Amino acid sequence: MSTPFPAPDDHIHSESFLRSLMRRQLRLSVAAASTFLLALMGMPLLNYFGPELMSTRIGGFTLSWLVLGVLFFPFVWIIAWVFIRRSISLEETEVQEIDELRQKRSVKKSSVR
Amino acid sequence: MLLLSAIDPWILAFSLVTVLVTIWMGFRSARNSKSAADFFVAGRSVSVGWNASAISGEYLSAASFMGVAGMVMSSGYDALWYPVCYACGYLFLLLFIAGPLRRFGAYTIPDFAEGRYDSPVFRKIAVVFVLFIGFFYTMPQMKGAGTTLSYIFPGLPYWAGVVLVGAVITLNVALGGMKGITLVQAFQYWAKMFAISLPIFVLMAVYGGYGNNLGVNGDDKSTVYATVAGTNNVRTLSGITNIAPEAQIRAPLPAKAPADNIWLSPFGPLTTKAAKAAKLDNTKSRPYALLYTYSLIIALVCGTAGLPHILVRFYTNPDGAAAKRTTMWVMILIGIFYVFPPVFGVLGRNWMPTLYDGIGVNGTDGIVLKLPVLLREKYGVLGSVLSGITCAGAFAAFMSTFSGLLVSMTGALAHDVYGRMLRPQSTPADRMRMFKFAAVGIGIVAMLLGSLVENFEINFMVGQAFAIAAASYFPLLFMSVWWRGMTVTGAATGMLTGGLLAVGAISLTSWTTFITTQAAKFKSLGISEPTWFAMLKPYSLTDYWAARPLLRILCEQPAIWAVPLAILLMIVVSKLTASRVPTDIRMKMLVLHAPEKLGLKQEYIREHEAHGH
Repeated sequence: MSTPFPAPDDHIHSESFLRSLMRRQLRLSVAAASTFLLALMGMPLLNYFGPELMSTRIGGFTLSWLVLGVLFFPFVWIIAWVFIRRSISLEETEVQEIDELRQKRSVKKSSVR
Repeated sequence: MLLLSAIDPWILAFSLVTVLVTIWMGFRSARNSKSAADFFVAGRSVSVGWNASAISGEYLSAASFMGVAGMVMSSGYDALWYPVCYACGYLFLLLFIAGPLRRFGAYTIPDFAEGRYDSPVFRKIAVVFVLFIGFFYTMPQMKGAGTTLSYIFPGLPYWAGVVLVGAVITLNVALGGMKGITLVQAFQYWAKMFAISLPIFVLMAVYGGYGNNLGVNGDDKSTVYATVAGTNNVRTLSGITNIAPEAQIRAPLPAKAPADNIWLSPFGPLTTKAAKAAKLDNTKSRPYALLYTYSLIIALVCGTAGLPHILVRFYTNPDGAAAKRTTMWVMILIGIFYVFPPVFGVLGRNWMPTLYDGIGVNGTDGIVLKLPVLLREKYGVLGSVLSGITCAGAFAAFMSTFSGLLVSMTGALAHDVYGRMLRPQSTPADRMRMFKFAAVGIGIVAMLLGSLVENFEINFMVGQAFAIAAASYFPLLFMSVWWRGMTVTGAATGMLTGGLLAVGAISLTSWTTFITTQAAKFKSLGISEPTWFAMLKPYSLTDYWAARPLLRILCEQPAIWAVPLAILLMIVVSKLTASRVPTDIRMKMLVLHAPEKLGLKQEYIREHEAHGH
C-alpha cells in the first residue's frame, strides 16, 4: 500500500475535532430550522387565536392568505441564503484551521531534523 | 363513446408536441450515453442551472400542477399548506440531510443504509420502502393522466387515459433506460413554468388580479349563490335580488361549493372534515382542525426530506459548494412555481364554479386545464391555445414524475432485488434485460392502481405518500446523520414501525373514502351497485369514524405521532443494542461531517479497500 493510514493522534481523527465539527454545524442548522419552524408552526396558532387580525384585508387578500400564499416563499429563500453563506464560510474556516495545524507540524518535524 | 368532433385541435396539438418532444429527448440522450457510468457522471458535468431545473422538473408532479389548484378551489385556505410545505420541505433537506449525505457518496437511500451500517440486510429493507412509497406516489400521477386524457378526448373513459399514458411512459423507460434523463427533466420544468404562468397572466388581465378575485369572496351582498330559474333574479346571502349578469362580479356558486367565509378562512372543509362527520359544531371542531393542520405540516415538511426519488436527483451534483447553490436555486424555482396554482383555484372558484358538481376532469382537479377555455367566449381561439398550453404542462408534469418514479422503482427491482438478492452472479446483460421486464411489470401495476383512484383528489394522495416517507425515511436519515449511537437494529425497527403503522392507518381511512365515493358514483350514474360492492359496503367503517373524529384524524394524517414514534424507537432500541454500533463509527461520522477539502472520503475508501471491502 502506497499511502500509510493517518496516525491515530492526528488532530483530524481525534474525538474533540469531530465533536466540535458536528456541534458547530448542528448549531447553525438548528438556528436556521428554529427560525423557519417558529414561523411555520406559529401560523396555525395565529390563525387559531387571532382570527380577526389574520382576516384583515390587504388589497383583497386576507393577511393570513397573503403571508402563506405569497410572502412565505421569499422568507424561506432568505433563510436558505443565509444558511448556505454561513455554512460555506464555516467549512472554509475548518479547512483553514486544519491547514495551519498541518503546517505547524511539518515545520516542527523539519526543525527537529 | 369517443367524440372525435369534440376534440379541440389546438389542445391536441400542444399536448402531442410535449409528448413527442419528451420521447424524442429521452431516446436521443439514451443514444448519446452508452456506459452505465454515464448516468452518474452526466450528473456531475451538469451546471448548477440545468441541474436545479432538472430537480425541480422531477419534483413538480401532477399534484403540483393540477392538484394544488383543484384543492385550493375545493377546500380554500387550508389547501395552501400543500404548496408552501412542498417548497419549504427542501429547507429541511438542506439544513440537516443534504450536505452530509452527499459527502458520504451515497446516491440512493439503500446505498446509504448499507454503507452507514455495514448491513446488506438493511439495504433490502430500504429497497422495499422505495417500492412502497413509489407506488403511493405513482397513483396520483396516473390520476392526472387519466383526467387530462379524458379532457382532451371527450368521451374517453378515465381508465383508458391511464392505460394509454402509462403504456407510453413505460415503453419509453423500458427502451430508453435510465440514462440522460436530466435534460428531459430540465426541459419539463421550463415547460411547466411557462404553462402555468402565461395562461394565468392572461386570465388575470381579463378577469381581475389575484387579490381582486380573493376580495370578492366574503363580500356577501355581491356573492351570487344561484340564479333563480325563469327570472333575471339571483339569490345572494341577503336575499333574492336582481343583479344583471353583466354586473355580476362572479359566476353563481352551486350548492355543493363551500360558503365564502368557510372557504376563505383557516380551518375550513379540509381540516374539519372528521369533526363535521361527527356532527360537532364550529367551536368544537376547531381544535381538531388545528391538530389536522399540524399533522399535515409535519408530514409534508419531513416527507419532502425523505422522498427517495428526490434524494437521488439531488446528488447529481456532488461538489459541495455547487450542490448547496443548486439547492438554493431549486427552492427559488419551485417557490416561484407554487405561487401560481392557487391563483387558478381562486379564479376557478369565481368564474367556473360549475366544477364543484363534477368528478374527475369535470371536477375541481380539472380547473387548470379548463379555466383558459373561458377566454373562448371573448377572444375565440386564444382560449383554446392557452388551454392547450396548460394541457401540455400537465403532460410534462405527470410524465416527468412518473418516469422518474418508474426509473427509481425499476432500478431498485432490477439492481437491488434481482442483481443482489435473487441472482448475485447475474451478468450486466441479464440485469439490463431484467430492467426492461421490471419496468413493464411495475408499469402495469401502476396502471392498475391508477385506474382505481378516479375519485380521490390528486393532491390528497400525494400527501399520503409524503406522510409515509416522513414516518420512515426522514427519521432514518436524520438520526443516522446526527446520532452516532444508532445501530442497524434501532434504525430498522424505527423505520419499519413508523412506516408500516403510517401505511396501515392511512389505508384504513382511504378504504372508507373509496367505498363512500364509489357509492356516490353508482348513485349519480343511476346504476345499481354490483354484488362485490354490496358485500363490501357494510364494512366501510363510516359510522366508526363518525363516532371517533380524533382517531380518524390521527389515522388520516399520521405524521404527528408516527414521526416522533419512529425516532423514539430508534433511540430506545439503539441504546439496548449499543454493542452493535459500527466499530469505525468515528470515521463514518467524520466523512459525513468534515468538509470535502480535507480529503477524508478518499482516505475512508482506501481504508475500506485495504480491509478487503
